This record gives sequence, structure tokens and C-alpha cells, in this order.
Amino acid sequence: MTASLTRKEKFDRYLKSLKFALYCITHPFDGFWDLTHEKRGTIAAANTILILTLLARILKLQYTSFLFIRVYWPEINIFLYVASVLFPLGLWCVCNWGLTTLFDGKGRLSQVYMATCYGMTPYPLIQFPLIIFSHFVTVDEAEFYTVLSALSLVWAALLILAAMSQIHEYKMSKTIVATIATGFGMLVMIFILLLFFSMISQGIAYFISIGKEILFRM
Amino acid sequence: MKRRKKWVFGLALASAAMACGAMGITASAEKGYTYCYDYWGDVQYSPDAYETTGVFTSQELGLDVKLSSPQGMFVAGNSIYVCDTGNNRILELTRDDTDSIRPVRVIDSIKGDTDVTSFNSPTDVAVGEDGFLYVADMNNNRVVKMDMDANYVMEFTKPDDVTFDQSISFLPAKLAVDTAGRVYCIATNVNKGLIKFESDGTFAGYIGATPVSYDWVDYIWKRFATQEQRENMENFVPTEYDNIYMDYEGFIYACTTNVSEEEVDAGTATPIRRLNMLGSDILVRNGEWPVAGDLYIGSGGGYSGPSLFTDITAMDNDVYIGLDKMRGRLFAYDDQGRMLYCFGGNGSMNGYFKQPAAIEHMGHDLLVLDTLDCSITLFTPTEYGNLIFDAIEQFQDGFYEESGQSWQSVMDLNGNYDMAYIGIGRALLRQKQYREAMDYFRLKYDEDNYSKAYKQYRKEWVEDHIVPIIVIVLLALIVPLAVGRVREVKGQIDRADIFQSRNIRNSGRDRRQS
Repeated sequence: MTASLTRKEKFDRYLKSLKFALYCITHPFDGFWDLTHEKRGTIAAANTILILTLLARILKLQYTSFLFIRVYWPEINIFLYVASVLFPLGLWCVCNWGLTTLFDGKGRLSQVYMATCYGMTPYPLIQFPLIIFSHFVTVDEAEFYTVLSALSLVWAALLILAAMSQIHEYKMSKTIVATIATGFGMLVMIFILLLFFSMISQGIAYFISIGKEILFRM
Repeated sequence: MKRRKKWVFGLALASAAMACGAMGITASAEKGYTYCYDYWGDVQYSPDAYETTGVFTSQELGLDVKLSSPQGMFVAGNSIYVCDTGNNRILELTRDDTDSIRPVRVIDSIKGDTDVTSFNSPTDVAVGEDGFLYVADMNNNRVVKMDMDANYVMEFTKPDDVTFDQSISFLPAKLAVDTAGRVYCIATNVNKGLIKFESDGTFAGYIGATPVSYDWVDYIWKRFATQEQRENMENFVPTEYDNIYMDYEGFIYACTTNVSEEEVDAGTATPIRRLNMLGSDILVRNGEWPVAGDLYIGSGGGYSGPSLFTDITAMDNDVYIGLDKMRGRLFAYDDQGRMLYCFGGNGSMNGYFKQPAAIEHMGHDLLVLDTLDCSITLFTPTEYGNLIFDAIEQFQDGFYEESGQSWQSVMDLNGNYDMAYIGIGRALLRQKQYREAMDYFRLKYDEDNYSKAYKQYRKEWVEDHIVPIIVIVLLALIVPLAVGRVREVKGQIDRADIFQSRNIRNSGRDRRQS
């Protein structure tokens, strides 16, 4: 089907799917059902939302008023900062998909990723205006900023929950259990990754030390 | 080219060595002698605020009997009183010109109506505003009051009161006297606060006892512990003070070395306190960092643990300086509790200490008494130090513009000094230059002052642009209304009977075309 679409049509579909994110955040259950079942979402749009989220997080550091964010620049590593979003996101998607496939989840890995990214929409939507807004308040009015900032996170979290229930065709109770299980699964994965890396590095260190020993004795 | 570079490098090295040689006499030439903490708590080295003008040992003072572990010092005018504890005598010294101190007399006995005419380990001395000399005569268990000619007047002895444990002896260690002749004294083994005596010698209770703090977990734990376990546990006892200083307003600056590393790390330690007449701590702590000396108190350079303030002095501009006996440093704070600078160290060079015991000020100059070295070190402010004092005093006196200029000069000497930026900002704020003030506050993350400036700036901006703002607001209200009205009228016209026939005809034509 995609092969038969022209460039223009593809772009229109992309724009439409991106616009659909705005529908999803106000009508989560209806929206996220249609997202996969009616194929109204695209991975391209999901990527766009993810990039916007990352951009919002980075620009926030630099441009928010110092009343709210003070950055000790020598300790900021932009790659690590970006990874602090991407790594948990990757873990979440893999772990959620892995668990839900075992328990009658209907969503595929790409759909989990897409729905999660769509769920993040409120973050850039609220944080970008907040960057500007932060310059127009004093310490006494800082509450407005904190409340709005918290809202963007809570909203996104609730949306992701709703999204998971819709793409896997779960009831809400089962979704919550699956989400908690995913959290534990992520911890287990981190543990295994740490174990893996430390064993690899020790293995390498072993051979390096053998090599050094041989060189000393030659 | 390469060769020439080398030559230039060699010259630079030689001149640096020469400079070191020339300035090696004073310790202040060493890098890192004076520093301050910035907003992030990073150490920012600064120009020296004080320089060592002289170190006066028994030899320099020309004393026949050498000083022996002196512990207390008091400055009144140009006179310096030193408690020569080990020799049981009081020395009066005088400072004639800027950089010399000479002895005036030795007080080693009391004349007049007293049985005990000599001192026994005098540990502190003070001169009241009435001109009487007060000596904490520790091992004679009394605070003795005498006139300037060493004639006995009266003495303050062990309080005859149930609140004072009669089984322990009264060992006055440090004392301060207020304008009314009341005596405040710290006694060894007494942890109920400062002992206060009325001027007639009667005991007037304790003031400034520190509230006993305990962890409720410890409390519950203690309930279940056996007798032996309980004895091994730390007792919940109030802290004892180490030294006091009566400032020009009659408030007492008190310091204690009883601070734990955990408290300093948590920022809850209060080694320096300012007590009012009721004994409550009224020290202002508006600085980014607690008034507790060094921030980095881990093991390093042979020392470990928090700064231990053994004495304190406060100037008339509300700048107070604490003396840390742990690392031999002097910490200066302003009236808002912000650290101005820190300098000193342990060592044998001029400007370093072995075991500092007492600090006093003479105007802006500082005197530090070293127990182990038996010396008095005289510090005088440098140009940098004087500029900071000028800026602070001008601001206090209401000369905001001049204060701003002084801070500007300070900044010229030290661009890493947060106080200078905030000082300039505060001066600008008072001069109603809000926009400029905001820039300075923003640079050093002073959110409260920034908000003050921004609030005013925002108010002014709105007042200046009130006409366009009203126009825009009105337009925002009127335009949608007008658009709605126009659409309505247009709709009525479209639906009007006289146009109906044409509409039908048009739509009919459209249908044919499609």
C-alpha cells in the first residue's frame, strides 16, 4: 500500500497522524484505540514527538529562568542527558512488549513505542511555553510554574497508562498490574546489563593482565 | 624563534622566583591563602583581604618572663590585655602606631581588700564600659573585678542556687561584660548556658542554653536498652559554649566547638550564634552556605572534621570573624551571614598558627593570640579588604551609589566574587535601576533580590505601556465580537428573500456544471 502512495500523500498522512496526537491527549481511550486499530498513528509522528520532547528537555536547561533551573554546566553531558530519556524509554518498550506478549497483549513492539511517544505529547506542549513563561514571574509566583510543570508529567503518565490499556486491549486493572510488572522488569534488565558489562570488563582485564605478564617476562 | 621563546620563559621563571623571594617574608604571597565559596560551593581563591603586619612573641615584646600558654585577650581602645595563663598574670600592651606593639605593665597581684591577692590560671579578661577590669580567675573559682590600678573591687563566685550543681567547683573560663556591668561567663562543666551575674554579684540565672536535640529513633531505642547499653550510648546533653564576645549593640556572639560532621553536612550546625537578652539565637543566616566554616571537612592535609570555632569577634559594621582552631583559619561573615572570605592555616610562617586561642579586633585590624606559639599576630586589611569594608559600611549608612562604586572596585580586583555582583545589584536596586540590577542578580543566582527588582521592573513596564496594552486587550475583545456580528449580518443577507431566487439560479448552474 505504501508503495502506491506518492510523496505528497505520505506527507499528508504524516501531518494528519501528528495532528492526531492532539486528539489523543484529550480523548485518550478513543484516540489510542484508533491509533493502532484504525492505523491513524505513524512511527514518523512518534519520532517527531520524541525529538520534540528531547528538545524541550535540553532547551529547558539553557533558557528557563534561573529562578527554576540552575545548571552547574561543568557536570552536564548532553549525550548522557539525552540518554537519560532514551535509555529508560527503550527499556520500557522492550520490557512492556516482552511481558504483554506473554499475557495476551495485542500490541507489537513498534506499537508500544508509538503509543508511548504519543503519550509524551503534553510534555513538549506544556514545557515549551513554560520556558517563556518562566521569565515573567517572581519567586512569589513560582507556584504557577511548578504546578504546570508537574501537570505536564502527570498528564503524560496517565496518557501512557491509557495508551497501554488500549493497544494491548487490557482492562484498567490489568494495565496497572502490567505497568508495575514492567517497572520490575526494567530493574531486572538493568541488573543483568550491569552484570554483563562488569563481567565483560573483568574478562578483558584478565586477558590484558596476562598479556602484560607475558611482556614483562619476555 | 623557539630559542627566543625559551629565553622568555626562563626570564619569566627567574622573575617569578625573585618575586617569591621578595614577598616570601609574608605568608600572604602564597596562592590559596585567602578564599571564598561561590554559589555552587566551589572554592574561589581571592586576593588577600588581610596581610600579616607583625607577629609578636615574648622576644619582640621584650618580656623578661616569657609568655606561657596565654589563653585570653581583650582589646579596649589601643590597649591589649592578655591573660598569661601559665604565669598567672595579666599583661597590658599598647599599640602606638600601626605596626608595633609594646608592653605597658604586668598585673600579677591584686591590691586591696581580698584574701587571695594573686591569680591562679586566669583564662580570660574583659574591660567594662565603666573602666573596670574583669578577670576570669579560673582556679581561684572566681571572676574578679578590679579597677585599672589593680585595686580589688568585688568578685563573682560560685552561684548559691539550686540550679547550680553544688558538688562541682566553679571554674570560669570565658567572660563578657555588658554596659550595665553584668557579667556573662562560661564555666567549665556547666552546660546550662551562660552564667549571668548582676552587677552586684548576685546570680541571675542562665541564658542561651542550647535546646537539647535528640533523634526519636534513639529515644525509642533507649527505652528498650539495658542499663549497660544505655551507658554506652551518647547522652543527650546540651552543647557547651567555647567563647563569647559582646558586640557594640550588647548582643552576645557565642561559639561552640560541639558540632558533628553530620550536622555540618546537613547544614543544620550552628557553631556561631548571636544571642539576645533572652538568650535566643538571632544570627541572620541568609547566605547560600551555613555559617559553619569550611564546607569540605573530609580528611585532607592531616585534618578531618568540621571547623571548630574557638573564638569570635564582631566589628562595628556587623562583620564577624570566627577563629577555627582545627585548621587555623579565620572566617569572616557579613551581617546577612554570607561568607566574605577565609584565610589563615596551620604552620610556622607568619600568618599561620599553631594553636590559635583568641581573636580580637582593633578597628578593622585583627589580633590573634596563639597559645602554643605564645604569640600575637597582627593583621591589617589590604586594599581589597578595605574596599569590602567600605562597600558594606556605605550600604549600611545609606550611601548606595558609593557602595555600588566600592563593590565595582572590589570586582575589578576579584571577578569571581559573588558578593561584589550582588552588592552592585543591591546598590542599583536602591537607585531604581531595576533592569541593570536584574542582570547582576541573575549572574549570581540571587533569586530574592532578582524578584524584587523584576517586580518593580514589570510594574514600571506595564505603567509605561498602559495605552498599547489596553488597546490590544480591547481589540482582542472587540474583534471576535465584530467578526461574529459581520458574519451574522452576512448570513441574514444571504438568507434574505430578495436574494433567494438568484441563489437558486446560481446553485442550479453549479449543479449543471458539476
